[in-house]
Amino acid sequence: MKLSNKTKVLEQGDMTFAERIYLPAIIGGMGTTLKHFFAKKVTIRYPEQKRYLGPVFRGHHILKRDEDGAERCTACGLCAVACPAEAISMVADERKKGEEKLYREEKYASVYEINMLRCIFCGLCEEACPKQAIYLQHDKMVPVFEDRSQVIFGKDKLVEKMDNRYLREGWK
Amino acid sequence: MEITSTLFTAKAIYVGVIFAITLGVAAYSTYFERIIAAFMQDRVGPDRAGPFGILQPLADAVKMFMKEDFIPAQSDKWLFIAGPCLSMLTALLTSAVVPFGDTLDLGNGVMLDLQGIDVNIGILWVFGIVSLGVYGVLIGGWASNNKFALIGAIRAASQNISYELAMGLSIIAILMLSGSLSTKTIVETQQNGHWNILYQPLGFVIFIVCAFAECNRTPFDLPECETELIGGYHTEYSSMKLGFYLFSEYINMFISGAVMATLYFGGYDYPGHDFILNKFGMNIAALLGVGALIGKALFFVFVFMWVRWTLPRFRYDQLMGLGWTGLIPLSMFNVVLTGAAMLFTVNDGGSNWITVAVSWVGVILMLVVTAFYSQTQYNKKKKLVTA
Repeated sequence: MKLSNKTKVLEQGDMTFAERIYLPAIIGGMGTTLKHFFAKKVTIRYPEQKRYLGPVFRGHHILKRDEDGAERCTACGLCAVACPAEAISMVADERKKGEEKLYREEKYASVYEINMLRCIFCGLCEEACPKQAIYLQHDKMVPVFEDRSQVIFGKDKLVEKMDNRYLREGWK
Repeated sequence: MEITSTLFTAKAIYVGVIFAITLGVAAYSTYFERIIAAFMQDRVGPDRAGPFGILQPLADAVKMFMKEDFIPAQSDKWLFIAGPCLSMLTALLTSAVVPFGDTLDLGNGVMLDLQGIDVNIGILWVFGIVSLGVYGVLIGGWASNNKFALIGAIRAASQNISYELAMGLSIIAILMLSGSLSTKTIVETQQNGHWNILYQPLGFVIFIVCAFAECNRTPFDLPECETELIGGYHTEYSSMKLGFYLFSEYINMFISGAVMATLYFGGYDYPGHDFILNKFGMNIAALLGVGALIGKALFFVFVFMWVRWTLPRFRYDQLMGLGWTGLIPLSMFNVVLTGAAMLFTVNDGGSNWITVAVSWVGVILMLVVTAFYSQTQYNKKKKLVTA
């Protein structure tokens, strides 16, 4: 039974004269390669050119601030619990008077560290977070580190900068 | 006395320049081979070393020199060293008789022929040296004391010998037309657009196929066939000795391109030569001719690479079948055809157009007859099968 009409019956009889003198096939083949010679190249020269990896790419982590610039993280530790690689650790602290502009909730993370050698970029921290505080950016990769002393990223590298805010597709 | 010494200096400079051009072209062939391969596969190729990667040959050379120069313990040490040297030597010797240009007037009555040496057996010199070239491969493969290297070397030897026959026979037709073995005379008979390709379409096809085989290039690169022989004759070679083998292959490509241009494409002839000669003088015209010849040779280098990245490799029996049962009878037919073409025109003082017409019509007639014959054979066979 035929499922589709795409089946081609190949008959391998004797080669015709044109096939046996090779030359027509060779010239045809050279035409094909010449066409590719002038075709557009598919290569992306990586360090200089980067391709958009899509809205679901999971890259460098960021600790978001809210609209007023206060950190959203409340140091509940759910991300650390969710992390299968145990890459996240934090120290919670109580917000003092006068720090309302800095931290949104009464409790905040005074230390928040991600070990980038342990992190597997699964995105479970992002899913676990009840405060929409941690995200894996879709357009930024973790920078290259050359030494073990550089692999633990603290708040200085993770907290969002107000002059360079992170926006994902579909957000305002 | 004065003239002799000026001529000597000029010739020495000329030889040095040709040497440098040959080596430079060979070095950049490696780069362009990779670029052309990449372009034909929709990639960009080496582009990291310098702008557009033009320093890549330099980087490759440094890499080659820095590698360990390994000589296998069980090898014949002196032959092992002699192999690549011989390959390089023979590759460089061939350019001596290729006329790179017409005559330069250096003043004071000194006329410099832009040719290494105009011997009256020029084309035989090329053939002799090219046949010697296989010794480099053979000695290298033998001295390695490695079965794959030996098989590669033997393949190279038998392949070169087989294809030299057809190549020599295709040259004979050229010699019939020009009446001389001297490369200079062959080029001079082709001036003003009377290129031999017009008279020898079949001969050129035979010659270029044989040139592919002689240079061990794809589709005939069986001596270094990776899928069967690891690396072929240079399996055991490393460092600059391997570099010499690869380098000599590229030099051979350039020189065989130059020889093809000399024999079939008018050598240093180019359209508008007379106009340049009258307007700008002899020296400019001759130098443009050098450019024309090198341009033609480089075009053939491109064709070599173009074919390499288009065609797969022949099987060894197919290679031998093509050489012995295909090209040699064809080149014999070509000699007969050329003789007939010359005979037709012998009475009216050798009219060119009749010669051209006879050679092309002869080739077409041959194709038609062979096609018809093979069709009848095919039908007969089919009848037998169905009956």
